[in-house]
Amino acid sequence: MDIETPGMLARLLGEHAYLADEGLATACFLALRMGRPLFLEGEAGVGKTELAKTLAAVLGAPLIRLQCYEGLDAAQALYDWDFARQLLHLKAAEATGATGAGDAARLEGELYDRRFLIARPLLKALETQPSVLLVDEVDRADDEFEAFLLEVLSDFTISVPELGTISAKTPPVVVVTSNRTRDVHDALKRRCLYHWLEHPGFEQEVAILLRRLPDCTETLAAQVARAAGRLRAAGLVKPPGVAETIDWTEALLTLGARDLDPGLAAATLGAVLKYREDQRAVRENGLLGG
Amino acid sequence: MGDLTATLTGFARTLRAAGVPADHERTQNLLRAAACLDVTDRRAVYWAGRLTLCAGPDDLPRYDRCFAAYFGGERARPGRPAPAVVTVTRHTVSPRGEDAGGDGDQRALPATASRAEVLRRRDVARVTAAELAEIHLLLSILNARRERRRSRRFAPAHRGRLDARRTIRETLRRGGETARLRRRVHRSRPRRVVLLVDVSGSMAPYADTLLRFAHVLVRCEPRATEVFSVGTRLTRVTAELRHRDPGTAMREVSAAIPDWSGGTRLGEELKEFLDRGSGARGAVVVIASDGWERGDPALLGHQMARLSRLARRVVWVNPHKGQDGYQPLTGGMRAALPHVTAFVAGHSLAAFEELAERLSHA
Repeated sequence: MDIETPGMLARLLGEHAYLADEGLATACFLALRMGRPLFLEGEAGVGKTELAKTLAAVLGAPLIRLQCYEGLDAAQALYDWDFARQLLHLKAAEATGATGAGDAARLEGELYDRRFLIARPLLKALETQPSVLLVDEVDRADDEFEAFLLEVLSDFTISVPELGTISAKTPPVVVVTSNRTRDVHDALKRRCLYHWLEHPGFEQEVAILLRRLPDCTETLAAQVARAAGRLRAAGLVKPPGVAETIDWTEALLTLGARDLDPGLAAATLGAVLKYREDQRAVRENGLLGG
Repeated sequence: MGDLTATLTGFARTLRAAGVPADHERTQNLLRAAACLDVTDRRAVYWAGRLTLCAGPDDLPRYDRCFAAYFGGERARPGRPAPAVVTVTRHTVSPRGEDAGGDGDQRALPATASRAEVLRRRDVARVTAAELAEIHLLLSILNARRERRRSRRFAPAHRGRLDARRTIRETLRRGGETARLRRRVHRSRPRRVVLLVDVSGSMAPYADTLLRFAHVLVRCEPRATEVFSVGTRLTRVTAELRHRDPGTAMREVSAAIPDWSGGTRLGEELKEFLDRGSGARGAVVVIASDGWERGDPALLGHQMARLSRLARRVVWVNPHKGQDGYQPLTGGMRAALPHVTAFVAGHSLAAFEELAERLSHA
């Protein structure tokens, strides 16, 4: 199946319950066409990670995820030698009685074989075709990690000193996400298509809620989306993202709500606001009413 | 096609002039992206440019403006509202109508190097509203690093003490072969700073700037900073200061403090602070006050002694200390000084920068 236009890709994403606007659809389309990584930035909960998952579903490719954290190193992100299996191999050779100088050299050569190499996400993504590689929350990792991520994303090859260079025949689709807790180095961004994801507008949010939660009535979706819009404009410590509004609506539906009445809204507030200060501010200012 | 290339390269040049980092590589990407899309569609061109030439949310309003100007016609999309420019003025916080002339002039002036240098040394109580706004802007971008203390916990490291547990576990995993000795060092954590800001009447010209300084401290080390306002009541304002935007934080703080411009009962409030728990233990406690104590100076002296035994260091910031010929004559100040590690000025941007520097290392 060939994807000809951004519109077509948006339709396919929609079939997998992800509503992408024109900008995001164009971004994904170009990422596929140009073989460039897609760098998604935006506040937490606007659907960055979800996009990668849906993209994988659309392309019928496995999603390989690398969750970044402080102190992430090459052994965790690229590859590692399986020392235990290498030793086992030697012991097995010993047991079958292989000796002599020629044997030793051969044995040593065998040790650095592909089968003793453990593929971590980046290497696995290069070796799996097709695949979608999600480098999640890259802003959490250290600067050094960005440097070798850049190296991998530049020419989609990984060189293992003992083994040689491993390169991807067709590069994986790469989605890099960042919550912008710190600025990612420009060299990395330059390699990528940059897209800033916004909180969805009112109509889009209603559409997302209805698409995601089939039991949801249009009235409820509209009320929740309107309340969410107000919460985002209220200058809270952590304005709710789409992920939170979906959770919230689900919580309301679980309690059998047909529309957003203030009592139920207050009872389920923990699904949408996760800071005590925010909950207090919202209760005091009465931002919840449908 | 050559025509299109020229048009798009020209567009990238326009953006560069506007401060968007549309460098050569990004321009090449734009040309490649345009080749994949239907370039007769305006919006396709808009997105091709935005995706390849921009590098951050700050670039987007600039991009929209340039796109509209370069390709003419109305904006290509409704567009996100440009982020509200924080005009930091005295009005956002202090409800008292003190003004030092030129109150109507609230423009945040662009800070040029030489002007900023002069402003850095000016007493914040003696500047115009516009100058104060500029000082606050410069203050808000201050990077306050924090002194580190050694944590009890360890972290793996390349050098340091032998990490026997990890070494042995790895050895076992590898069938009894010790491949590499593992090492560990103590982790380090930022040392906590507790800031007590006097918001009584005599401190009114400085309280706003001091709270903005507190905001900077909270922004740089949110988990290792506590801020209280003192006057006639002790109020914790750390949560309010957690807002990233200084304007919002100041509004929240001013709403949370019930005793603006009242009297000072420092001794009693210090007692309350110390009675509440071990907030001061091991922390650097910064008290920003002029020491005009309405209560009993002896009580203040007694509580300061208690504080100095609990805290790592006690820094007293007195805005008046920056003035020529200042003598610590007020009763409160005289009672407190024997228990203070450092006694510093806090009247100008330069003084705050020095204070931040003081907090950044032991």
